[in-house]
Amino acid sequence: MITLKKHLSYSAKFQSLIALFVLCLVLSLLSENFLTTANVWNILRQVSVNICLSVGMTLVVLTAGIDLSVGSILALCGAVSATLVSYGLELEIFNLFVGFGPLSAIMVGIAVGWCLGWFNGWTITRFKVPPFVATLAMLTIARGITMLWTGGFPINNLGKEFAYIGTGWFLGIPMPVWITAIVVIIAVILTKKTPFGRHIYAIGGNERAARLSGVNIYKVKMMVYAIAGALAAVGGIIVTSRLDSAQPNAGLTYELDAIAAVVIGGTSLSGGKGSVMGAVLGGIIIGVLNNGLVLLNVSPFWQQVVKGLVILLAVIIDKAKAREE
Amino acid sequence: MKVNEPILRVENITKEFPGVKALNEISLQLEGGVATAIIGENGAGKSTLMKILSGVYNIYEGEIYYKNELVHFQNTTEAQQKGVAIIHQELNLIPNLTISENVFLGREPLTSLGIIDYPLMRKNTAKLLERMKLQVDPDTPIFKLKVGEQQLVEITKALSLNPEVIIMDEPTSAISENEVEVLFEIIKDLKAEGKAIVYISHKLDELFKITEKYVVLRDGKFIESGEINATTEDELIHKMVGREIIISRESFQCNKKECLLSVKNLSLKNLLVRDNYLLKEVNFELFKGEVLGLFGLMGAGRTELMEVLFGLYSSRISGEVYIKGQLHQIKSPRDAMDKGLALVPENRKEDGLVLGFNITKNTSLTVLDQVSSAGFLRKKKDNDLATKYMESLKIKASSPNQIVEKLSGGNQQKVVLAKWFATHPEILMLDEPTRGIDINAKNEIYKLVRKQSQNGLGVIFVSSELPEILAVCDRVLVMAEGRITANIEVTKETSENQILKAAIPKIIKNDNA
Repeated sequence: MITLKKHLSYSAKFQSLIALFVLCLVLSLLSENFLTTANVWNILRQVSVNICLSVGMTLVVLTAGIDLSVGSILALCGAVSATLVSYGLELEIFNLFVGFGPLSAIMVGIAVGWCLGWFNGWTITRFKVPPFVATLAMLTIARGITMLWTGGFPINNLGKEFAYIGTGWFLGIPMPVWITAIVVIIAVILTKKTPFGRHIYAIGGNERAARLSGVNIYKVKMMVYAIAGALAAVGGIIVTSRLDSAQPNAGLTYELDAIAAVVIGGTSLSGGKGSVMGAVLGGIIIGVLNNGLVLLNVSPFWQQVVKGLVILLAVIIDKAKAREE
Repeated sequence: MKVNEPILRVENITKEFPGVKALNEISLQLEGGVATAIIGENGAGKSTLMKILSGVYNIYEGEIYYKNELVHFQNTTEAQQKGVAIIHQELNLIPNLTISENVFLGREPLTSLGIIDYPLMRKNTAKLLERMKLQVDPDTPIFKLKVGEQQLVEITKALSLNPEVIIMDEPTSAISENEVEVLFEIIKDLKAEGKAIVYISHKLDELFKITEKYVVLRDGKFIESGEINATTEDELIHKMVGREIIISRESFQCNKKECLLSVKNLSLKNLLVRDNYLLKEVNFELFKGEVLGLFGLMGAGRTELMEVLFGLYSSRISGEVYIKGQLHQIKSPRDAMDKGLALVPENRKEDGLVLGFNITKNTSLTVLDQVSSAGFLRKKKDNDLATKYMESLKIKASSPNQIVEKLSGGNQQKVVLAKWFATHPEILMLDEPTRGIDINAKNEIYKLVRKQSQNGLGVIFVSSELPEILAVCDRVLVMAEGRITANIEVTKETSENQILKAAIPKIIKNDNA
């Protein structure tokens, strides 16, 4: 029993898992609507976008960086895909019109996210701009371009096929959950089973030592920000599809929710420690908390307060544990 | 105050770090009006002793008496208030603040309203600067000053506290000849005022100019003290060397047939000082199967030479590097590795290891392609690699999953060696590989180095410890101030004096003026 207790207290993942379990238990006792199939799918669908962003954020944070731009990239990529799928692309200089199906529009959206993330990585590695500043700049730039692109108006009526991504079901599971699950599985393999993943942890653990061991730290960092951008685009497409509308204000402050999920999941903001699964659990905890408080008719203002307290509590417990060791 | 009265008396100071006795029963006294030189090789215990005297280290055995009163400084502020000031080798100024703000940092004079009294601060600073013969405005920000001027500001700051004991650690390492003259004038004035000066410098000829007494330390022990005029430079060198020999030298044979590495006119610019070089026209060769020692005092440029060869600072260098007769430009550590080089860096914790990783992950970090197939890491290969090196290098740990942070220094160093042996290098560069580890681990590392060289590697062995250089190396290069000053074949007859002599920098630097 003692060894089990010791083991549990040493694992950040178990800690979040226990917290999640207790939370679910309490909520199911307080509200009979909580533990229903419909509500569980509802929660998972709601958290899927945040988890996509959190997975990218985890990779960035593991290298001791931060990405504040994911919310804005989400909005821009959603808007780009929506425009392409509903209007196509008119190239006036060549007198050319290119039509897009849903799939190709999505691909372009993800490519745009990748490029914006790559640009973040480029400014950070090439010009040594601190990640906080570089991605803060991108937060503003991408939001501005979104406004220019849409003229500040939503883009609606994207078609049934496009809407399937956000609202459809496949084999009894909502599409956003499928997409997020695939993203999570790939990210777990990437971080735990590939040299690239090992490099990410090494850079966060000791950048100098990693570099002197022959790790191409610039390449790894660029990749990490590019992936974060691409996953923000995936999130953007899910959001746009679910609403059947690209909103210029989509994804506002989503970066903060992603950071919150990463932190609650036990990933250290100073890099090198943490995991993708931690961020997934962190995202689900936030989602369950929000859902439960709604079911209990708690004011949305209180939800924010509670979320903040949970973040603080998670980090305080982590720090206390680090001191014990 | 009467001259030659002891201001500070140190009795039986012992300081232990985990596994090492840095100071062993040191006693000495510092008299007013006298400058005392503290002499010793790197690691002799000079810095540790000075850090205790100035309150940086507050845990030690033994007693310190300040004017016959027993004191135990808890921190530098306490030592300063008593009257002991230290001028560190590294500059501790804040670049964006002005001279006067730096000089009075933390004890700014206030007006009756509680705001900083800038006019008074400026006036006092100007007075101090005048004494230093430094003609600059007290409002000049530090970053606009030359390094030499910054050093003088550092001294100004120390003097503004009006200390009785002034410790100077290598004060002339970054300043020009003229500034050295000014500094010596100031030291003379201070002595006339009855202050006690402690002067640490590798430049022995300076000591004869400015100090009266000397104390020699070796391996943390007190060796000798006396009047500086009663001795000579050669005698001092003789007293500094002679550490305990740890392993006996076997007869090595190295047939210099195949040249692995040839360095021609390699220079590295100093970013901090204009027209100054950290490495200046370095030329040497390394042969297959050879262990080449590289000796030099602190700041001689040994680490920089290793780092340049390993692909750092590639934009600031000039000269040519040939590997097996082929001219190569090494642009990054990855580049260097691909060409068969390996570097075990000087600071294993900062540069050598990811401390939060376990042994397995640290060992395979250089060779992840070896332990993966089809782009995925193979856990078994990964573990096997670590296990193999844990056995062959005798790394003591419960399992390959042990986090390296918890290992002893010697075992940590072996993990660093393991990750580089795993790359199967042809040229192995070891920068102070035995620093801070116990004697058994040292001996094991010497044996490993010899074994690797017999297997055909070329090894560059950087060390501050002459006995180990004499015991392990076939040949030794000596560096001083960024240059190679001697190239000595090591035989049983080679003496430590001969090597150390070449490592002592000289005051005259015509080409840098």
